[in-house]
Amino acid sequence: MTDLPRSSGVPGGGTAGQAARLSPAVTAAAVALLLASMLAGLLVGAADIAPRSVLIQLLDWLPFVSADSGLAPVELSLLTEIRLPRVLLAAIVGGLLAVAGAGYQGVFRNPLADPYLLGAAAGAGLTTTAAIVFSKGDGEAIGIPAAAFVGAVGGVLLAYALGNAAGRGGGTATLVLAGVAVTSFLTAIQTFLQQLRVEELQRIYAWILGNVGGGWGQVTLVAPYAIVSVTVMLLHGRLLDVLSVGDDEAVTLGLNAARVRLVVLFAASLATAAAVAVSGLIGFVGIVVPHVVRRLTGSSYRVVLPISLIGGAAFLVLADLIARTVLAPAELPIGVVTAFFGAPFFVAVLRMTRRVET
Amino acid sequence: MSRLAVSDLSVVLDRRTVLSGIGLDVGGGGWLAVIGANGAGKSTLLRALAGVLPCAGEVLVDDVPVRRLRPRDRARLLAYAPQSPALPVDMTVFDYALLGRTPYIPYLGREGRRDREVTASVLERLDLSSFATRRLGHLSGGERQRVVLARALTQQAPVLLLDEPTTALDLGHQQQVLELVDRLRLADGLTVVTTLHDLSLAGQYADSMMLLSGGRVAASGIPAEVLTGELIGEHFEARVRVATGPGGRPEVHLERP
Repeated sequence: MTDLPRSSGVPGGGTAGQAARLSPAVTAAAVALLLASMLAGLLVGAADIAPRSVLIQLLDWLPFVSADSGLAPVELSLLTEIRLPRVLLAAIVGGLLAVAGAGYQGVFRNPLADPYLLGAAAGAGLTTTAAIVFSKGDGEAIGIPAAAFVGAVGGVLLAYALGNAAGRGGGTATLVLAGVAVTSFLTAIQTFLQQLRVEELQRIYAWILGNVGGGWGQVTLVAPYAIVSVTVMLLHGRLLDVLSVGDDEAVTLGLNAARVRLVVLFAASLATAAAVAVSGLIGFVGIVVPHVVRRLTGSSYRVVLPISLIGGAAFLVLADLIARTVLAPAELPIGVVTAFFGAPFFVAVLRMTRRVET
Repeated sequence: MSRLAVSDLSVVLDRRTVLSGIGLDVGGGGWLAVIGANGAGKSTLLRALAGVLPCAGEVLVDDVPVRRLRPRDRARLLAYAPQSPALPVDMTVFDYALLGRTPYIPYLGREGRRDREVTASVLERLDLSSFATRRLGHLSGGERQRVVLARALTQQAPVLLLDEPTTALDLGHQQQVLELVDRLRLADGLTVVTTLHDLSLAGQYADSMMLLSGGRVAASGIPAEVLTGELIGEHFEARVRVATGPGGRPEVHLERP
């Protein structure tokens, strides 16, 4: 009796209407964009290395290809020890921040949720500063990611609790306002802490403004966290789509909504923490990238999560390229570049969201 | 066909007893309409049955105590359509109806061929095939109601819980939706429980009724036993005249004091 599909003429597979799946064309376009931006990141830099030689050297690194780039040893080590890890780190951090933003937006069913706005980044900033200030030696390389994670999760929970307390079901605006309040509060404590140790000020400031020039050490440091958090989030795309009908209805559909929320929340916070720990505070990636992706591909998290990951990577590689060329030989902090493009974009998104809501 | 039997169900929210001592018994393929004034606890009852609200008491579907089931297993027995469902505006009709397959898809898995077939066939039965790629934000009220029904049907649960399925619909669309539910019920032997605020409509479609008042059962039985001028006057504080319509079903008319 529960055997419903008895009516005739249903084509097998029923592809009709399946708009919300990751299509090969979209994936290919995103990957192409990422590769192009990474290539640009490798070719351009402060040191004057002939782009043609870099290209030949890249070919030489491909398996079964041998070519002589004619790069001097210094140039070669510049390429492998500075530009390459920098581009990779930018890609990883950008991907992490974007996918974390998309994850938060799914968990909170709120298009304005973002690692930066939710207090996660500020929380991680506070605990990381504390780790720098209170750690005596330089063994902080291991302590910083853990500290950043605790701070990121703490910041989000604080913002969420505050948003709930301020207005039940207040929705979009309440959560963002709570996030802003939490961010200001945590930043104040963080400023207080950093003033305690003025001799560390420059190191803390350099970290806060964000940079992806940490080298291979930072790449290997962030990689395990990145792999775990990204894998968990990508696996939950379909479940975030189910959550988009709200917790109550998701439960009647047989989903343990609270568990999904918690798992994705932790994965997104882990991603944010990992990114913040190696690169400092880089804003707006988590909100700008998922929004552009939504506009282009629709709002299914099965598409938004993976494409945000790739798109975020490309975005931050390009932002870093601008950061280190626009004032060359001086460098602009990368957070300045993302804020410069992100803030006006954020206002535009706010306007559009409001128009849809009313 | 599955029988839904509830005994001594109670719901306490914020330390306030919202429902108590609720008992009901709907035979397989039956249609129970739950009526009552605003705040009587109709929606609460459906939400408790669907597992959204914690409750005490026993809820049996074919002698299976559903309260102890995992959400997945419960969702295969009871499908629920809320009064005001959250409709993600740019989800397509197909993907929305496919959500009903959630209890059949492994936690981290993806939908299979069978899930897509069931969804496609439900859309076809509800005349929604041509809407499959349409986004929910671009649907009219009547179309939305059918799409929500489609999601409930893809769950392939033998018991259908519909909270005010005709809310915000005009007369013609109210009739269409209820006729559709009745047709599906007869064709598939579904057991249907609806809340309905329109008493005449409730009396026309349901084969049994339950009148809730203050969180308790004030009356239950066939429509002619529940829809009496006396009961309605007492529990709705309304002055009505009840006539007997075609088929012996009661018709409720408002009377000006």
